[in-house]
Amino acid sequence: MLFQLFTTFMRIGLFTIGGGYAMIPMIEREVVEKNGWIGREDFLDLVAVAQTCPGVFAVNISVFIGYRMRGVRGCFACALGAMLPSFVIILAIALFFEQFKDNAVVASMFKGIRPVVVALIAAPVFSMAKTAKLNRYNFWIPIAAALLIWLLGVNPVWVIIAACIAGYFYGLYRDEVPDK
Amino acid sequence: MLYFLLFIAFLKMGLFGFGGGYAIITLIYGEVVSRYHWISTEQFTDIVAISQMTPGPIGINSATYIGYTAAVENGYGVAMGILGSAVATVALVLPSFVIMLALSRVLIRYKDHPRVKCVFAVLRPTVVGMIAAASLLLFFEPGSVNLSTENFGDSTWQISCSLLLFVLAFIGSRFYRMSPIGLLCASALAGLLLF
Repeated sequence: MLFQLFTTFMRIGLFTIGGGYAMIPMIEREVVEKNGWIGREDFLDLVAVAQTCPGVFAVNISVFIGYRMRGVRGCFACALGAMLPSFVIILAIALFFEQFKDNAVVASMFKGIRPVVVALIAAPVFSMAKTAKLNRYNFWIPIAAALLIWLLGVNPVWVIIAACIAGYFYGLYRDEVPDK
Repeated sequence: MLYFLLFIAFLKMGLFGFGGGYAIITLIYGEVVSRYHWISTEQFTDIVAISQMTPGPIGINSATYIGYTAAVENGYGVAMGILGSAVATVALVLPSFVIMLALSRVLIRYKDHPRVKCVFAVLRPTVVGMIAAASLLLFFEPGSVNLSTENFGDSTWQISCSLLLFVLAFIGSRFYRMSPIGLLCASALAGLLLF
């Protein structure tokens, strides 16, 4: 059983490229449909919580399912399975890339890749703005966060902490003014 | 000492990494490039590219890569580089264990509580801003509005080609939902032909 948990999550780690939310359908197929480790309702709850919790999404899910199936040992088996393919592949690339990065061919390929990486990070900002339900009351929050981090060089960790505290007090305020 | 700092830095990312892969990129940049200067902006961009082209979560991929590179750049050998990878990766996932084991039950029960909803109502737009900050940090030179020479080059030819690739990739990703991996492979080919 432990070994099956390990190999299932290793498959999930190995075959999902692009990370994060691209993994959800794959995880659902393995965990809900094929093995029946968790019901569909529970899985949707779990996805919602794993998304709201900090940390790597796939690891969050694997820890939860591993613990539910086989306790602490299950949780290590699943998490290790999810992490191992990445760890080994990246380490192999890191070992070789350090030797090839000054190679003319590799260098010119990366000159083309770098601006595209920046575009790939910029593009989801706009689709995420939609899912975060930005409106005329809260559109200043992302702008303020971006300016603090980019122009003023504030460590993003502080921005996150400030947002949590502000959200908590916003909640208190809402409790006092229920009509708002 | 380096390993201790690596551990603390990646522990923070695991603990405050709300909002998925791209938001973690911002946290990684804040600690690894801005604060400790373990790697340069150029190396950082390369690592993000490699993390997206290989299987697995971006967070794990970049922790592994940065742990290795930080140790090697500091003059340690390959074995110590692998240790650096392990330290960074373990530190990144450690908070997940604690949080998911201790809090997931509570959170499943209280996820619709108004106070919890309010915290996430503020946190969600903040994460959008963090990802915007990551792209601004990689687009411009630190603390200025000059184009980043590390990512966009310094000759007129390279800058113009880079900007064209940036715009094409942005449109392809945003409006045509082209896959990151396809775009990155195409851009590697373009780089080979152009530079």
